[in-house]
Amino acid sequence: MRFLVRRLGFLLVALWAALTVNFFIPRLMPGNPAESMMAKFHGHVNPAAIKALEVAFGINNHQGLISSYFEYINNTMHGNLGLSLSYFPIPVSTVIMRALPWSLGLVGISTILGFVIGTALGAIAAWRRGGILDNVLPPAFIVISAFPYFWIGLLCVWFFALTLGWFPILGGYTETATVAWSWGFVGDILWHSVLPAFTILLTSIGGWILTMRNNMITVVAEDYVKMARAKGLKPRRVLWQYAGRNALLPNLTGFAMSLGFVISGAILVEYVFNYPGLGFTLLQAVQNEDYPLMQSLFLLITVAVLVAIFISDVATALLDPRTRSSS
Amino acid sequence: MKFLSSIGDVLLRSFKFLRRDKKAAAGSIIMFVLLVITAFPTWFTPHDPSAEIYTPGAGLSWSHLLGTTSFGQDVFSQLIAGTRQSVMIALIVGFISTVLSVGIGITAAYSGGIVDDVLSLVTDVVLVIPTFPLIIVITAYLKSASFWLMVLVLVITGWSYGARQLRVQALSLRNRDYLLAARARGESSWYVICVELIPPMTSLIVANFLGAALYAVLTAAGLQFVGLGNINTQSWGTMLYWAQNNEALSIGLPLWALAPGVAIAILGSGLALLNYAFDEIGNPALRPVSAKRLKNARA
Repeated sequence: MRFLVRRLGFLLVALWAALTVNFFIPRLMPGNPAESMMAKFHGHVNPAAIKALEVAFGINNHQGLISSYFEYINNTMHGNLGLSLSYFPIPVSTVIMRALPWSLGLVGISTILGFVIGTALGAIAAWRRGGILDNVLPPAFIVISAFPYFWIGLLCVWFFALTLGWFPILGGYTETATVAWSWGFVGDILWHSVLPAFTILLTSIGGWILTMRNNMITVVAEDYVKMARAKGLKPRRVLWQYAGRNALLPNLTGFAMSLGFVISGAILVEYVFNYPGLGFTLLQAVQNEDYPLMQSLFLLITVAVLVAIFISDVATALLDPRTRSSS
Repeated sequence: MKFLSSIGDVLLRSFKFLRRDKKAAAGSIIMFVLLVITAFPTWFTPHDPSAEIYTPGAGLSWSHLLGTTSFGQDVFSQLIAGTRQSVMIALIVGFISTVLSVGIGITAAYSGGIVDDVLSLVTDVVLVIPTFPLIIVITAYLKSASFWLMVLVLVITGWSYGARQLRVQALSLRNRDYLLAARARGESSWYVICVELIPPMTSLIVANFLGAALYAVLTAAGLQFVGLGNINTQSWGTMLYWAQNNEALSIGLPLWALAPGVAIAILGSGLALLNYAFDEIGNPALRPVSAKRLKNARA
């Protein structure tokens, strides 16, 4: 219990820190870029919306830093994120909800696949120490992980889309297609997601292989694994039920963090493929100087990561009695 | 003096290791070549990298090894000229982040108590805040990040991982007998930390430096790629930006867009190869084993 209370406390502190960073960044910037943004919108926007923007960005500060800080926290806690400037007058939350399913689908599925495949390969590589997998995979992925991950996307675009013409170059679906829950449209979406998903898979899988392999090497040397072998259990059972389960535990937090990052989309992969998810939306907000949308996205990504880490803490505490007793 | 000689001893052992370990040797060669290019770029550039005077969109030829851009610049010369910025970002961010990580991690572990609690909390909070979105937001307000601003942002977001690792290792060393003995002799904290505590952690510190450097190279390239760096400087990231903005892939100039990525990957692999080699110094269990030796051990 104490462990979980501590972690919950940490969650709250980190959330507060993120909110505060988010509040102060626009105020610390030279020349207050938000002010020029506001000038564009005076007169077109109702006064209440202007007021909320002023609080969020610290313009016309007649109410003092402290009180606007609390008003900002209050607004955010109530999910009042303001209006998007580039999609005006649509609220930021609507813009986000429109992009969210794309990131969840594309990045979510490829992250989970990457974790499952990578962990399995890493476990097998460590189990057959000195075998083909063990010799080939780690160095191969050391090199792959040194490439910028968006560049792998560029390479895929060039080779599979432009040279071979197997897949579409960009977008989440064919612009001219009718948007409906039909097999044709779903197939179209899947077809567009192959290259970005492959890029994410290829760039994320190496990390899982290497960490799982390294954990496994440590666990395989433990006495209980020797004991299981000595009992004459089938190697497959020893591999997954004895060694694999324990080697997996330290990876849970990393997996949870990367699930949290699903929300951010693989920002640059979405950018390369013009994929209409949250990462692409974030970079578009940057280009359009849509500060409310940009800051809300940063906050959303942070909250997602923090909550995911907390859930993994709970899961670790449930699965591993040592965490509970050591705290 | 004793501090220097113990560091020297570790370096000597690392050097011997380099000769045995293929990964480390490959990494060192890559880094050496890139450092030479960084120091003397003009030795290797056949053309003026910024001159827009050649046939635009030319393919491979002996005078333009990697062709030209659609502005009529020589891609190979740009690639060589861009080396300096990426290598400098790697070295400077790696160095400053490592100094911060060592300072904060070891202070936390050595002091204990409330100092440790506060420093660990700060480290953990910085660690979990998503760095790339944060960097995007900061640079978005500043329109474009100059070299030193980019260094600053990368250091702020890059030190926490190392600090946490170093704290854990320093904690495990803190109560070893030889440290207690040093303290019982009445040595000052500075002496104990610099002479007794840091030398055994050298391999982890070097690994942290390499990890932070790799992070800096890749993140800086990503920022420059989306146009958040200074787009008028010579670097691999800005080359990617201009190539992408002029649709280099679709107009049949793939080398313009792909070559900078390979260059980044060469630098990245150099750092990563050294990094894994140092991991293996720190944790001998990870060293590669030959199948024959493994069989003998099992039998």
